[in-house]
Amino acid sequence: MARVRGVGRMGVHVLTGVGTSGIFLLKTLARWPRVVRSFPFLIKECFFVGVLSLPIVVVSALFIGMVVALQGFNVLNKFSAVSELGQLVALSVVRELGPVITALLFAGRAGSALTAEIGLMKTTEQLSSMEMMGVDPLWRVISPRLWAGFYTMPVLATIFCAVAIFGGYLVGVQWLGVDAGTFWSNMQSSVDFYNDVVNGLIKSVVFGFVCTWIAVYQGYASTPTAAGISHSTTRCVVYSSLAVLGLDFVLTTVMMGGW
Amino acid sequence: MGERFVETIVGLFMIAGIACLVVLAFKVSGLTTYTVANSYKITADFDNIGDLKPRAPVAIAGVRIGQVTNIDLDPKSYKAVVTMQIDADDDNIPVDSSASIVTAGLLGANYISISPGFEDNFMKNGGQIEETHPALMLETMIGQLLFNMGKDDKKEETDATNNS
Repeated sequence: MARVRGVGRMGVHVLTGVGTSGIFLLKTLARWPRVVRSFPFLIKECFFVGVLSLPIVVVSALFIGMVVALQGFNVLNKFSAVSELGQLVALSVVRELGPVITALLFAGRAGSALTAEIGLMKTTEQLSSMEMMGVDPLWRVISPRLWAGFYTMPVLATIFCAVAIFGGYLVGVQWLGVDAGTFWSNMQSSVDFYNDVVNGLIKSVVFGFVCTWIAVYQGYASTPTAAGISHSTTRCVVYSSLAVLGLDFVLTTVMMGGW
Repeated sequence: MGERFVETIVGLFMIAGIACLVVLAFKVSGLTTYTVANSYKITADFDNIGDLKPRAPVAIAGVRIGQVTNIDLDPKSYKAVVTMQIDADDDNIPVDSSASIVTAGLLGANYISISPGFEDNFMKNGGQIEETHPALMLETMIGQLLFNMGKDDKKEETDATNNS
């Protein structure tokens, strides 16, 4: 009986968490946007969330593109189909690797920072004092961070895709000697702008939104202690990664129709 | 860090993102080649399209001039109606041209090859290619080959019995 009760308590706990985070999201989004006044905050958050994530995204993209090209070359060489290397690199990067890996890096680099920052604001009662002064913390602290993640994630994913394809080009064409003409023309004939590039962008928009939402909520709902912040940060990264991988499967299944 | 600096860097970041999107659009997916505005549509009825898929290339003499946009089944004749989008630059396909479905390489993807005819009238938007050759199915060809070999063997046997 006690076990059953434990399961029930866990279920209620999980559902309460989902519901609270949904209400939190609605409260943040469903308000008259004061664009002009919150614009400087948004720009600042775009800088911290997006621009500072750029180095890790670019470096990982370069290496992932290079390793995909290297592995693909070895396999395709067995079937003497090396000319399809461009297609292999471009499709795998644009459809899957670009959005997913950027989202995972984003969750680790920017999401954990957001959670820790907001959690510490809560622990040191900065959020409560803001409310005391009549400044809505949802508008001043949460909303710019949420929108910044929403805007910068597709940009990061696009940069990731372009850099990864360039990495594949470096290894495939410059090092392993695939013909540059066949590399690009096979890529262009197989990659479709709407079915591949735009769908990849839609994926990254969804991932960016979900990752920032989880990060911001975990910070806002964290227990106001040192241990609480560390727990929330861990949860933020774990939940974001799981959500990204699960959603990726769902989105791919939905988008499959076009291929 | 001044506000001006931050704003400039974010602006550069956004511009870099848009530039990468442009690269993906034109260099990776080759968006310019087949836009709807610069093309016209023709159709062709095939008995069997084999493994042909939408977005497969359409070529004359191996030169890509367009792509397959749509494949439907004609409810009356049970033929496959293939709609093709041809580049507006290649508007000189004679009306008596024939279309065949061929395979790129031994195991490659199928595409449509158009052999030009000799008329002086050219295909217009909505035109139809009358003469078509269905896809060559490797399985059917092997089947026919085996069947013919079997027939030859039997013929030889009967010849042998008749002679004896």
